[in-house]
Amino acid sequence: MEELELKKLCRQMREDILRMIHAAGSGHPGGSLSEVEILATLYFGGVMRVDPNSPEWEARDRLILSKGHSAPALYSVLARKGFFPLSWLDSLRRLGSPLQGHPHAVRVPGCDCSSGSLGQGLSVSNGLAMALRRRGLDSRVYCILGDGELQEGQVWEAVMTAAHYQLNNVCAIVDYNGVQLDGRLEEVMGIGCPEEAFAAFGWHVISCDGHDLAALGRAFDEACANVAPSVIFARTIKGKGVSFMEDRAEWHGKAPNDAQLAAALDEIRREVC
Amino acid sequence: MEKIPMRDGYGKALLKLCRERDDVVVLDADVSKSTRTAWIHDQFPDRFLNMGISEQDMIGTAAGLALGGMRAFASTYGVFLCGRAWDEIRTTVCYNRLNVKLGGAHAGISVGPDGATHQALEDIALMRVLPGMTVIAPCDAIETEKATLAAAGIEGPVFLRFGREPVPVVSTEDTPFIPGKANVLRDGCDAAIFAIGAMVYEALAAAETLAGEGVDAAVINLHTIKPIDRDCILRFAEQTGAIVTAEEHQRFGGMGSAVAEVLVSAKPVPLEMVAVDDSFGESGQPEELMRKYGLDAEAVAAAVRKVLRRKG
Repeated sequence: MEELELKKLCRQMREDILRMIHAAGSGHPGGSLSEVEILATLYFGGVMRVDPNSPEWEARDRLILSKGHSAPALYSVLARKGFFPLSWLDSLRRLGSPLQGHPHAVRVPGCDCSSGSLGQGLSVSNGLAMALRRRGLDSRVYCILGDGELQEGQVWEAVMTAAHYQLNNVCAIVDYNGVQLDGRLEEVMGIGCPEEAFAAFGWHVISCDGHDLAALGRAFDEACANVAPSVIFARTIKGKGVSFMEDRAEWHGKAPNDAQLAAALDEIRREVC
Repeated sequence: MEKIPMRDGYGKALLKLCRERDDVVVLDADVSKSTRTAWIHDQFPDRFLNMGISEQDMIGTAAGLALGGMRAFASTYGVFLCGRAWDEIRTTVCYNRLNVKLGGAHAGISVGPDGATHQALEDIALMRVLPGMTVIAPCDAIETEKATLAAAGIEGPVFLRFGREPVPVVSTEDTPFIPGKANVLRDGCDAAIFAIGAMVYEALAAAETLAGEGVDAAVINLHTIKPIDRDCILRFAEQTGAIVTAEEHQRFGGMGSAVAEVLVSAKPVPLEMVAVDDSFGESGQPEELMRKYGLDAEAVAAAVRKVLRRKG
């Protein structure tokens, strides 16, 4: 997909996310909006090999959404890719819906793993990468982590594992938006310099603007070309695209009301592609 | 009677599985000599993954391997496996319904001198509460081998519990092992003792003592705690009207509780539990600890006498 089309897709995904969370009356807009360009690039920018007509295709690339609370963004991109009908998006968080508040993979075509308890996705990605390699597949595993999630100790266990077993088919992406539920990272629990930490464990570290589609495309190209596991630190803005949500912890997990939804959608639609 | 550590059965079964199936991988968290997974490291090095001292990452990695089509056996001491990695087992393994098999070694107070930190006494409670989890506590090395082989064939997560010390081999190669189906080792009409693990041998010894007193006690090896053999429990409740459970586990939430749940739902009869009474263990020799914490044949016999008095 060309960059202009990708930008339009991102705008559409932002609308999806806001509408879904508004309709559900709860959800996590901040961290969903911040990772839109990452997901759009993965699924529509020629990075991930997947087939919506064959969600279980064994040679596909995998995505583990370790920060499971950003499920609305994942649901939007999967629906837009054609894994399930767009009408499903209206059912987010409702009784009986396949679209649970946090992803339940067994009910969502195209979703590779349930998630929601933070800190576990990179371990799963490593194991999956090992299994794919054992089976002689050149599939890659992408894992999206939150920056606050790096406070979980298990992430660093998994960082060691990927380096120890030289899992160069693993690519982690940190949605580096600097804000978590309770406030700014440096106020809640500083994470030091995570780029240096990953590098110290033997990872190939890439940094880029997480809302710049061309930069993300280059970052994924670079990640594919390495002998070590790669991590992309994608600098993002929490709540990106909606001025009153941007960089605000209060929008980590709150649904917009009717007026806020209208204002947000108006802003997104007026953004020049 | 010959004594063999149950963990030897785990190691033997894993070797067999690696020989017979190409989808089996074995993980350990730096205790591979204790769990016997070192045997896999030595004979099938490409099937073995040492994850270092990181139980949570081990379970997550095992989950990923299972997502990728493997059957992953993750092994370490039961305390750290079930306690430290419980959330990983719950939300990643069980919620995804994955083929991760958990080998919980060093179960029970008979771990001995290492003391309370290393004696798994809460593992059954922690595992049986999880949706979709199968929980098996074999009684000896032969049954551990069979249970491990059976676990590979069960779809979904399985928890296997086994101890450290050599324990009497009470079963034979010919003893049937069907997950979910209890083994009646001795029939009886006055009371029924449901036992697991090393307590099966103690229960048999207790039944022998009681026979000398004119009490006819049945002994049942309830190796599968979940899914539990409800029919067998209710049959013996009907037949004897007095039940005793015996396990190397906390009284709350273990096998005895599971039996009680069945009884109260359909056939309430007096029940006495032989178990650790809401306390931590301590250092000591295994047999000293079993005696001190009321986990020997004598304690089981006393529980039977007590339940018979309640039966009236």
